[in-house]
Amino acid sequence: MNIFIEALVNAFHLLIALDPVLWEIVGLTLQVTGGALLIAIAVGIPVGAGLGLSRRIPVAGCLVPLIYTGMGLPPVVVGLFVYLFLSNQGPLGDLRWLFTPAAMVVAQTIVALPLVIGLTLTAVQSVDPMLPLQVRAIGATRWQLAWTILSEARAGLFAAIVAAFGSIISEVGAVMLVGGNIDGETRVLTTAIVLETRKGNFSLALALGMLLLALAFLANFALYRLQNQRVPK
Amino acid sequence: MSLYELENVHHSYNGRAVLNIEKMVIERGEILALVGPSGAGKSTLLRLLNFLEPQTGGRLVFDQIPVSGELPLKVRRRVITVFQRPVLLKRSVVANMRYGLDLRGEKINEKALTQWLDRLGLTQLANQAATKLSAGEAQRVALARALLVQPDVLLLDEPTANLDPYNVGLIEEIVREENTARGTTIVLVTHNVFQARRLAHRTGLILNGVLVEMGPTETFFTTPHREETGAFVRGELVY
Repeated sequence: MNIFIEALVNAFHLLIALDPVLWEIVGLTLQVTGGALLIAIAVGIPVGAGLGLSRRIPVAGCLVPLIYTGMGLPPVVVGLFVYLFLSNQGPLGDLRWLFTPAAMVVAQTIVALPLVIGLTLTAVQSVDPMLPLQVRAIGATRWQLAWTILSEARAGLFAAIVAAFGSIISEVGAVMLVGGNIDGETRVLTTAIVLETRKGNFSLALALGMLLLALAFLANFALYRLQNQRVPK
Repeated sequence: MSLYELENVHHSYNGRAVLNIEKMVIERGEILALVGPSGAGKSTLLRLLNFLEPQTGGRLVFDQIPVSGELPLKVRRRVITVFQRPVLLKRSVVANMRYGLDLRGEKINEKALTQWLDRLGLTQLANQAATKLSAGEAQRVALARALLVQPDVLLLDEPTANLDPYNVGLIEEIVREENTARGTTIVLVTHNVFQARRLAHRTGLILNGVLVEMGPTETFFTTPHREETGAFVRGELVY
């Protein structure tokens, strides 16, 4: 029990001391996860909505199960693939992205994308099937129809974003492989926790874990507030 | 001049014929009731009249514009349907009512909104979530949403199916007024022959996708030309 109390005290001290190293780690965590999440949203919501709205899903019976499989992609496997692609001998080696935050964003985007696409698709498909016809009957254009459906599916869309965020902010395998956990360069909260645990510095590792949880809670709280604010009155 | 003209309009789903209208004319400013049993093709006909799906074949003309492919938005927006089971958006009652105007980029007339809320007995529910309404309340909101847009043509698919007698009377009164005051053309699909008789200038019977008979409402009910019409009106038609 002592170790948890020590961790709490440690976390508190770390926060009030405004330790620049810690804030650098938190900053990079937010930068990498935020960047990956934004790309996954920008690509995943239109793709998921398109698939959900189209009556005939291309390569039906194959694409959707593929996306659902992708929702359970082990981050470490994603990390391995990205590593191989970005390594010197890999097809994208010339980019020199390996062991940089850019590689970490790529890996986390690949982890998040199927989640955003799959959950958006499900959210859009759960909208009343009569809605599109009735909205068109009132005079909606195609874009207005798509926007209305997305607005009706907003709870599901927020769930997609929250799930994607949760899965990438907490993953360690992919960022460790492609980022390398380089101090001051690619160290994020999860990789720092692994490092401190290996060093036997459990209270610091726990303190970092609590910070990670607090960060996740704050982000989810903000998303939740945003979701409720966006309900048109 | 006629508003709609249909000639040999037929429609099918997956090769199954559901509608085959040899000839039909809908006059500007009239209330036309379409009666017939469930599955006769009445709602399909409304979907064609609202340009929601293209007819499989035949000639459909709206206000002298042949309907084929996507119609200009301005033309399409002249027609609105109120469905038997209206789907309301997960928004407040008021937001649902102004949705049609929002789509058109038009501001709502607050006075008109208040009047409709009051008239349809929705004032107390104005800021409630529309998804929590009863079926009858939802139907009234859907009707208000359509009327606020002031369409040229109002297509009503069983508009009083979920309403109590008081509200049936209220809706019928509003429909009649809308037709008289604004000259709105109204096509009413109903199972209720008494409602058709109370409201419509002309009435048509659709059976198995075919327009069996259409004529002035009084003639339709008192001296029908076809045996099936008489049987349907008397409630003797077995289908």
